[in-house]
Amino acid sequence: MATEAATLSPVHAITGAIDVDLHPAVPDMAALLPHMHPHWAEQMVVRGIDALESVMWKATMPITARPDFRGPPGTQPGQSLERLRAQALDGFGTAIGICNPLWGTAALFNEDMASELCRAMNTWLAREWLDREPRLRGAITVAPHAPDQAAAEIERCAADPRFVSVLLPAMTEMPLGRRSHRPIFAAAEKHGLAVTIHAGGQYRHPPTVTGWGSFHAEDHAAQANIFQAQVLSLVYEGVFVDHPSLRVVLLDAGIGWLPSFLWRANKTWRGLRAEVPWVKRSPSDIVREHIRFSLQPLQGPPDAQGMERLLEHIAADHMLLFSTDYPHWRFEGQAAVPPQIPARLLPALLRENALETYPRLRPSDRPRAALPEGVNRPAP
Amino acid sequence: MTVDVDPRVALAAETKFRLVDCDIHPIVRSTADLRPYLPKAWHDYFDQFGNFLVSPYTEAHPYPKPTPALSRLDSWPPNGGPPGSDLAFMREQHLDPHDIEIGVLQVLWPTAARQRNLGYAAALCSAINDWQAEEWLAKEPRLRGSIMVSLEDPESAAAEIARCARRGGYAQLMLMPRNMEPLGRKKYWPIFAAAQEHDLTLGCHTGGLNGYPVTGGAGHCSYYAEEKDAGGYPMEAMLTSMVFEGVFQSFPKLRLVAIEATMGWLPPLYWRLDELWQRFRAELPAVTRPPSEILREHIWVTTQPADEPEDPRHLRDLFDWIGWDRICFASDYPHWDSDDPRYALPVQMSLAEKRGIFRDNAMRVYRLG
Amino acid sequence: MARHVVMRAAELPAGESRVVTVRGREIAVFNLAGEFFALINRCPHEGAPLGLGLRIGLSESNKPGCYSHSRPGELVRCPWHGWEFDIRTGQSWCEPSRLKARAYAATRETGGALVKGLYVAESVKVAVEEEYVVVEV
Ligand code: FES
Repeated sequence: MATEAATLSPVHAITGAIDVDLHPAVPDMAALLPHMHPHWAEQMVVRGIDALESVMWKATMPITARPDFRGPPGTQPGQSLERLRAQALDGFGTAIGICNPLWGTAALFNEDMASELCRAMNTWLAREWLDREPRLRGAITVAPHAPDQAAAEIERCAADPRFVSVLLPAMTEMPLGRRSHRPIFAAAEKHGLAVTIHAGGQYRHPPTVTGWGSFHAEDHAAQANIFQAQVLSLVYEGVFVDHPSLRVVLLDAGIGWLPSFLWRANKTWRGLRAEVPWVKRSPSDIVREHIRFSLQPLQGPPDAQGMERLLEHIAADHMLLFSTDYPHWRFEGQAAVPPQIPARLLPALLRENALETYPRLRPSDRPRAALPEGVNRPAP
Repeated sequence: MTVDVDPRVALAAETKFRLVDCDIHPIVRSTADLRPYLPKAWHDYFDQFGNFLVSPYTEAHPYPKPTPALSRLDSWPPNGGPPGSDLAFMREQHLDPHDIEIGVLQVLWPTAARQRNLGYAAALCSAINDWQAEEWLAKEPRLRGSIMVSLEDPESAAAEIARCARRGGYAQLMLMPRNMEPLGRKKYWPIFAAAQEHDLTLGCHTGGLNGYPVTGGAGHCSYYAEEKDAGGYPMEAMLTSMVFEGVFQSFPKLRLVAIEATMGWLPPLYWRLDELWQRFRAELPAVTRPPSEILREHIWVTTQPADEPEDPRHLRDLFDWIGWDRICFASDYPHWDSDDPRYALPVQMSLAEKRGIFRDNAMRVYRLG
Repeated sequence: MARHVVMRAAELPAGESRVVTVRGREIAVFNLAGEFFALINRCPHEGAPLGLGLRIGLSESNKPGCYSHSRPGELVRCPWHGWEFDIRTGQSWCEPSRLKARAYAATRETGGALVKGLYVAESVKVAVEEEYVVVEV
């Protein structure tokens, strides 16, 4: 939040937080080549495949990097571990940060290529980030249009306890609840991984049903509706019936739309529930149990009084998880927790909610086994 | 809650004002009713090819609706014809018992504005506009019409707007948010120019068809329950487009009523666009002040399908955020999700607040007074 | 509370319903395979006439994609927004404890039994050998 009112208000002191949304950047394809099957590494070079920068997060756009988070010209915002360490971790006194790289590996139409690049990016994340900074944890990036390969990749990475979540795009070929995606959720649930959905993604369809707009800003504004559709899909398709312990985190979704979305969903379900008879509880019950939201961007009331009203409507303080969205430009200075958020939320918001949501962040006596070296895995 | 004794007190008796209903759906008994209103040149097309939409079906819907004809089961006229096709029964079931002072008609079927054949779209829109005037407006002084135009053919749309404005009796220019492109784009501006010139309110009724997933970027969903709640998304996207493209800057007198999309999405849209605007200033030169200010100035919403918070008192928060002078009652008679004005908004309101929502706001935005 | 004779039992065949007015209240009477039930003719949501709702069965599922259907005709689906009510109890499917259509006790009794007790029969003439639907209001 960077409204004037917000910048004038006192800033919440935060320390020891769990930041659920950091974006380390893949600098270029060369960085992934060492982690790729030789067939695919050669394909990348021979065909000159590179620059999978997502259109949602074009590096030069102001939203993609706060000016002080941007880094030297010619580099990708978020590509430097040293800067991320100093600015996102030390800068906010963060205890644990979860890495969600947004390079567009999952948007390639070729299922095998997309899956292999996701695998390479996951290995790269382990080698270049998790190995080098003990406060970092990783999300397993998978291509949702190749669900069996995605499930296999979740199995592979799950051996490394530093991977705590699965990362899916909000913009997909088909909504994530549809049955063909079920292997992804089964694998995530089996390994105690939260499923996270991040704004942006595959761009298979216009961002809204009104067609392709003129502005990047429209694509960003559309994400809230895309997230609503994804949540309805997860609920109505019965993902949580099949996977009752699953937690889903919406990253970069905003929270302002949540209450009125739930009012509508409950009302619709009351009249139409026979269409989806496995949905036996109201959507608001299901959402409050299974869905969580990253704090940034807030996209809620800019004033404290309005925020109190919204929080009363949401009626579930356990749903909000601290995030900076580093290096994206969502707030000014140290105001990672927007000043209109009441201080009483802080203990849960900064840590407890994340520990409840991501089982792998909880202390355990699980044997630690870092993702093994070696890239000559058989291509599936 | 168990309702034992009927709490219904006719709102008009209690409060001494009559209602304005912004959304009543009349329909043809059969599409053959429109043939006489079409120019002869289109009769063969009408008989052999007509109703050609972006849809796998000629009439059915790939998200089948929850009730026959999308309608309340008690709204089928006793003398035959589909719900909404019989003026006498509409009077008896809706206009009289609710003491409707003015009702705004919105014609949804046949879907004239979305015909793939643009020539036929224009002809069918004119036919429906004339059919409204002769079959409804001429017979019932409480009703006002909606001018239907072919949005993908802005030139013919502007001409039709001028023709209907001369004829009179129409409260609004009817739009839908799901078009082939976001509605703010330049292509559609001749339509806004004509609306402003004739001081016509834009009535944007949820719906439209264009073949894109109703979720937008998430892809095609499975269930009607999802499609139903996706009805508001394009309203948000359309308004976003109109604000970002500078439509309200170029046509400062435009007033737009968002119809049948619920209301709860509007404040979050204010918040979201204001936050984003700060990052995208260089991309949006036409937007010289916070988007929420522009929306608050030009946008009204109708009440139906009524937002039903888990705690009904939260409706007041919603109305505070939207602005009490921006909310207009709509019943959506005779559709299945229509609202009864006596029960739809179960929250304490002052007489002035009620009067605004159930009458005065609509009188003002539609210039009905 | 009084026992009101609302119709002859033979007037309402199994599977049908009819709306009667008792003490100024509209009441929907249902015949479920010979058993009679009565609900107020007003949905607790926005007041739609429940007696005009379609009678449906109970669709249930324990697994996405698997459908079971039982109790055919024992639920009434509100003619407006489609909420389902159990004709036997008036309970809504979605929130059985909070959202209910007021239910009245309805029985089938012979004229012979009726004339021995107290009852009100405003519009029905009671004959000893006939069977009647009695609603307690
Ligand atoms: S009036 Fe019965 S469900 Fe709304």
